[in-house]
Amino acid sequence: MYRQARYDRRVIMEKDGRTSFELPFAHEASSLEDFAPKELVRKELDLPSLPEREVVKHYVNLSQMNYSIDNGMYPLGSCTMKYNPKYADVLATLPSVQDIHPYQDEETVQGALRILFELERALCEISGMDAVTLHPAAGAHGEFTGMLLAKAYHAKSKEERTEVIVPDSAHGTNPASAAMAGFQVIEIPSGSDGCVDLEALRAAVSEKTAAFMITNPNTLGIFESQIREIAQIVHDAGALLYYDGANLNAVMGWTSPGAMDFDIVHFNLHKTFATPHGGGGPGAGPVGVRERLVPFLPVPRIVERNGHYRLDYDRPDSIGKVRASHGNFAVLVRAYAYILKHGSGLKEVSERAVLNSNYLKHKLQDAYALPFKELRKHEFVVSAKELKEKKGIRALDVGKRLLDYGFHAPTIYFPSLVDEALMIEPTETETKETLDAFAEVMNKIALEEDPEVVKSAPHNAAVKRVDEVYAAKEAILSWRAYKKKMQQT
Amino acid sequence: MSHKDEMLAELGMKDSAELYADVPNEVRTAGLRLPKGLTEMEVLRQMKETLAHNLTANDHPCFLGAGVYNHFIPSAVRTIVSRSEFLTAYTPYQAEVSQGMLQALFEYQSYIAELTGLDAVNSSNYDWSTALGEAATMSFRINEKRKILVPEAMSCEKKSVLKNYAWGPQLVIEEYSYDPYTGELDLEDLKRKVDGDTGGIYIEVPNFFGVVDSFAPILKQTFPDVALIVGVNPISLGVLKAPGDYGADIAIGEGQMLGTPMNFGGPLLGVFACKQEHVRKMPGRVIGLTRDAEGERAFCMTLQTREQHIRRSKATSNICTNEALMAVAASAYLSILGKEGLESLAKVNFARARRLATLIGEIEDFDSPSFDSYHFNEFVIRTPVRPEKLNKMLLKKGIIGGLPLTEHVRALQDHMLLCTTEMHSDEDQDRLVAALKEAL
Repeated sequence: MYRQARYDRRVIMEKDGRTSFELPFAHEASSLEDFAPKELVRKELDLPSLPEREVVKHYVNLSQMNYSIDNGMYPLGSCTMKYNPKYADVLATLPSVQDIHPYQDEETVQGALRILFELERALCEISGMDAVTLHPAAGAHGEFTGMLLAKAYHAKSKEERTEVIVPDSAHGTNPASAAMAGFQVIEIPSGSDGCVDLEALRAAVSEKTAAFMITNPNTLGIFESQIREIAQIVHDAGALLYYDGANLNAVMGWTSPGAMDFDIVHFNLHKTFATPHGGGGPGAGPVGVRERLVPFLPVPRIVERNGHYRLDYDRPDSIGKVRASHGNFAVLVRAYAYILKHGSGLKEVSERAVLNSNYLKHKLQDAYALPFKELRKHEFVVSAKELKEKKGIRALDVGKRLLDYGFHAPTIYFPSLVDEALMIEPTETETKETLDAFAEVMNKIALEEDPEVVKSAPHNAAVKRVDEVYAAKEAILSWRAYKKKMQQT
Repeated sequence: MSHKDEMLAELGMKDSAELYADVPNEVRTAGLRLPKGLTEMEVLRQMKETLAHNLTANDHPCFLGAGVYNHFIPSAVRTIVSRSEFLTAYTPYQAEVSQGMLQALFEYQSYIAELTGLDAVNSSNYDWSTALGEAATMSFRINEKRKILVPEAMSCEKKSVLKNYAWGPQLVIEEYSYDPYTGELDLEDLKRKVDGDTGGIYIEVPNFFGVVDSFAPILKQTFPDVALIVGVNPISLGVLKAPGDYGADIAIGEGQMLGTPMNFGGPLLGVFACKQEHVRKMPGRVIGLTRDAEGERAFCMTLQTREQHIRRSKATSNICTNEALMAVAASAYLSILGKEGLESLAKVNFARARRLATLIGEIEDFDSPSFDSYHFNEFVIRTPVRPEKLNKMLLKKGIIGGLPLTEHVRALQDHMLLCTTEMHSDEDQDRLVAALKEAL
């Protein structure tokens, strides 16, 4: 059985020693006086000081208290935790990637510009869009960028469109991104089949609609077969159709947002294109658009002529910048390497992801209820409702018990239209053997004799179940805040 | 029978195309018009060849800064951030198996709290410019006033990003000017512009010109009702006063220089800290200290009711994926340097900039530094040759010059922003000085 390492719990601020770090020019520093206005010179700096040996021990030990895709299966629905190939790491850590400055003359970064340009072209082909910007730093940032593009587009044609529609099954980022761009968000209920309810959509669109945001396959893993009708309704109202690319891993080469008649698409390169997620970031969230939205894309655009690459800032309708520089370059390099590696074979990547998902669903459907019985794409949602009613075991408990067996938990309680939802996305990189082992554990948990074992899980992780209520109540976000709290009590 | 066939058989399917039976014909595509996949060896060879066309700061002393900085990264930082367990983990949703990442991020928050003098820190934004956008909208949440005053002396990229973040909530962004002699803020201009609708004042220390602005400590007492947002360079905070100690409500900044390479500008690390009283108005993920079922110390993501997956359109921000690994790098970097190392590094940067600025100032027809003030690791020079042209000449001599300022601050047409750090030896600096002399 899985057992996670566990080391002492002291934070580095509680450790003592003396730094072993040395700098050239230190003599210049020690003789430096009068370097800043007196009123701005710091009197006290309460930081720890440790030799390198202790620092490395501290963080390597911490790393061993952290689960990752390199440790095992990570079936987080909508997160596409596939294996991150190591050639991408080699490339992303080359000096020719790491040691270039974003303001360098374009003549000195031709290699970087070429890779970005070619990545844009590849993403256009995969998505069926006409142009792509690589600037957004994450999927949600891409959504925000897409919403700004929609806003600029409608503003240009002097149209007052203030509303964005999303289905109730949408990722939370969709309504949040639309609201950040100043839109009023309208959520429409899903139909009884878990898909967009065309009547509800028809009733919601109007001359005020700026865009409709959806993901296809949707968050239940179901392909919205009426996508063309949806596009028709949205376009007839003069609005734009936005594709949330979180679920793109299901459909590459089989269909594309362009073929489905979407206008704006964001990609999550840290999902579909296998770049490592770094424990929460960095990601990259490029945005693709159809021709009529191209003038509004962020600057600069990379343009190519006879194998020479140039940065074009002369774009009067551009929304400007959404972040500094050219995007998360080191992530983009990794994603491009992945695309080169698979090429047209990305179609088989998607196919395998869908096969794994349907196979695993098949293995679980006896022990867990499967709302909406249709074929699934890359992910599926099962319900622990029955377990909760019979044994008091919730989706959360199932997830926590999985940790004891060395599997990461699925996404839980999302989408909210399924009670006690467990949203499972195995991805294409897990073998049949791993899927079988996961299914066996899931089924074992459902049959576990003593429900308390499940409800008090995990037992084999670095810590026992964590008290989230206490964390939120105390809101201690730094060692400094903790020390103040201790002094008070 | 292959595994694939076994799995299909179990699903009662003959062909994998049946997996896509729900995709209507009219939206189907005929595969991808991409080249056939390559072997790993070919991918590595092809991309290395392409990337070799880049000139790097290793072979060419590079004097660019302006938000992305070239600093030494101790080898141990690379060792730590390339640990698979950090690199290939997802967001620490399952706290019990993610204590390593959670603690490392809590330590990052703790370091930033100590440097900024503010107790509440998030576990990162994308970069400095987006942190500014979020800080502006947060100041609106604090006092519901729409006008935000920002320095004219600010990078045009940051101005543009801010404009986009301000678009939705309809904030009014107005610029205040700088003193043409000192490069510090123009207090009279700022006083004229602060009115009853002003919700926030943003100031950078050091500012865009590298100037350590001596007006920073008096802003809160001068404008007590306005949220004070301070942009920082965390390395400089090794010796400069913490913004929280002079009344900052929010501190933001770029954290890339703390152990992350320049990477052509990404990934970077958006630093974001605020007073504890504002914590529930803050954007982004935060890690909190808590306890487990046995009462032992533990960490988890907290205050998630501010966030998009719970609050949806009412969230404080849409941000979820951030720059967590860069925050771990920052934590490792600051741990390796330690208190003495950071103080020393900050002073070295002050000293190196002073050396270079003085040497350039000795060249006839160059004005260096253009502003009579204290500078951290950047300073502005006035050049007798157009800065763009000067940079081309420097490049021929194997030097990557500074940043021409026209695009950023219109009045500074013949000016260039130079950055120097511990990465430049005396010889590197002297090469630049010699090349500038020859450029005349």
